[in-house]
Amino acid sequence: MAAIDDTRIKPSSEVLLKSGPSRPPRNMGQVLRFLLLFAGGILMVMPIAFMISTSLKWPHEVYNLNFIPEEPTLENYTYVLEDGRFYWWFLNSIIIAVITTVCSVFFDSLVGYTLCKFRFPGRYLVFIAILSTLMIPTEMLVIPWYLMSQQFGWLDTYWGIMFPGLMTAFGTFLMKQFFETVPDDFIEAARIDGLNELQIWWTVAMPLVRPALAALAIFVFLGNWTAFIWPLIVTNSVEMYTLPVGLSSFGDEADVAWELIMTGAAISTIPTLIVFLIFQRFIIRGVVMAGLKG
Amino acid sequence: MANLVIRDLVKTYDKTEVLHSINLEVEDGEFVVFVGPSGCGKSTTLRLVAGLEEVTSGSIEIAGRVVNNLEPKDRDIAMVFQNYAIYPHMTVRKNIGFGLRSSKAPKPEKERRIESVAELLGMTEYLDRKPSQLSGGQRQRVAIGRAMVRDPAVFLFDEPLSNLDAQLRTQMRLEIKKLHQRVGSTIVFVTHDQVEAMTMADRIVIMKDGHIQQVGTPSEVYHQPANTFVAQFIGAPSMNMLPGRVTDGGRIDLSTGGSLGFGRDLPEGREVILGIRPEDLHPGQGSAVIEGAVNVREPLGHETLIYVGTSSGDVIAKADGRTPPAVGEIVRLGAATETMHVFDAQTGEALA
Repeated sequence: MAAIDDTRIKPSSEVLLKSGPSRPPRNMGQVLRFLLLFAGGILMVMPIAFMISTSLKWPHEVYNLNFIPEEPTLENYTYVLEDGRFYWWFLNSIIIAVITTVCSVFFDSLVGYTLCKFRFPGRYLVFIAILSTLMIPTEMLVIPWYLMSQQFGWLDTYWGIMFPGLMTAFGTFLMKQFFETVPDDFIEAARIDGLNELQIWWTVAMPLVRPALAALAIFVFLGNWTAFIWPLIVTNSVEMYTLPVGLSSFGDEADVAWELIMTGAAISTIPTLIVFLIFQRFIIRGVVMAGLKG
Repeated sequence: MANLVIRDLVKTYDKTEVLHSINLEVEDGEFVVFVGPSGCGKSTTLRLVAGLEEVTSGSIEIAGRVVNNLEPKDRDIAMVFQNYAIYPHMTVRKNIGFGLRSSKAPKPEKERRIESVAELLGMTEYLDRKPSQLSGGQRQRVAIGRAMVRDPAVFLFDEPLSNLDAQLRTQMRLEIKKLHQRVGSTIVFVTHDQVEAMTMADRIVIMKDGHIQQVGTPSEVYHQPANTFVAQFIGAPSMNMLPGRVTDGGRIDLSTGGSLGFGRDLPEGREVILGIRPEDLHPGQGSAVIEGAVNVREPLGHETLIYVGTSSGDVIAKADGRTPPAVGEIVRLGAATETMHVFDAQTGEALA
């Protein structure tokens, strides 16, 4: 029995001894990786923590760089939530972000699908033309957009704020790339089964790219929820402000009320969190391959 | 159910002609298999029949109606794809019933048809499952079910078994054949597997480079191949091809050294190729044609394949499974003259 015990102990002690000196490079690598990830995590969390911290401070404490407020207060939240304008801005942002997201997801996927699955002359040229608009910075587009809005009478209207984002080059590109992953067999099978092209797109192709739709919805919603320059330019009346524009107006010419801006910003992150929680499960769940060869 | 007639069918992509004047008539209720190597045009022909590609010239008739300009949905066909193409986001019930969406039949009638097809395919208990919860064979059944539920004039199968493992493929082969016998529908089946073609077809269409090489029953294409391509494509291992020349008296002098009294009229001096299937060529039997050393043995249990070295390369023959010749042993291979085939050396066409 003693001999058997020895053989049992010996290999494991050897493994332990060997694992010590032979592993350091791997462990060092792991430690470095974790340190980098930790630093990245801190960088991500810092602005959020700073935003919440500032929203809980009194005005005189705002410029102190302490994370924990000396006298934490919810007074800023009460002030912002009691300000009637905040609800208007919140509502404006919700309306604009939701409509733009729905339209963008709809049109981008429709165009992306057409460019991906149909063969027609000039298809490649159209795709390149759409892609090339990605290279034009928003700042350059703002002036023609403004002139167009002025001529159409869209200034200071929801339509005026929304129209540049109803269809995006990035979304079209993203959806076209995802539709490439939908095998043509699905489309052809549906064609033989008697569906028209619009039905095939809606019933067959769209459910297969749900993860991409969810990702696009998140991007577009966030982009419009946080949009600042164009809503600032196209709106005149305080009632038409979106949340970011409205929040920037807190304070007066002499001073910026950072504690109120941070409070408004903290509240405004709630819808983005909800949108992310709703759509993230679609991103994780990929379904395209399940109907193919197994 | 209906017949299918293909007349002078040509298909070009840009300026490249990939199908060259295909002519074929498929009878009502017939099971026709298109077989050939990759790129031979068999799938293109099927896609043209389905309406998934545009015909360059020629015509396709289904049940006496030219369908060239009809949409796939109006051709009264159903197709089963190589990748099944069953929709992953729908249950088996919805997948099978998908083809009935445009049907004007009342809902209870549609339900009855779905359940009847599911029963026929043994899928009743899986009706509410998603494709991801099914095995490869079950997914293939769903794809077949979706085609069957529409009760089309012609079924088109595009290499539906190529993604299944060998055992499942044999099983599904049998099931499709049984299904055809039960339903009696017209089927056009595309495959690159000659065993599938031989076991399932009423008639086989052998294609190469966009041309039909031969159309015939499995027995015809096996026993009377039209040319060297068909002779070598059908049958495994492939037919042995031995170059030779016809001498006086109808004898053939083989380049491997032997000479053979063929007993059939052949023009003297003609360069020919003698074809003998490995299963007809045995050591020490019939008219001895080839002599050489055994290079390799492949035991198959009941018989052993032997590779015998000749001046024209290895010749494959079948030896007894229990007492096969040893590697290195000199053997004399022979075959009965009625099992031999003679082809023209230039054109490859069968002469006798």
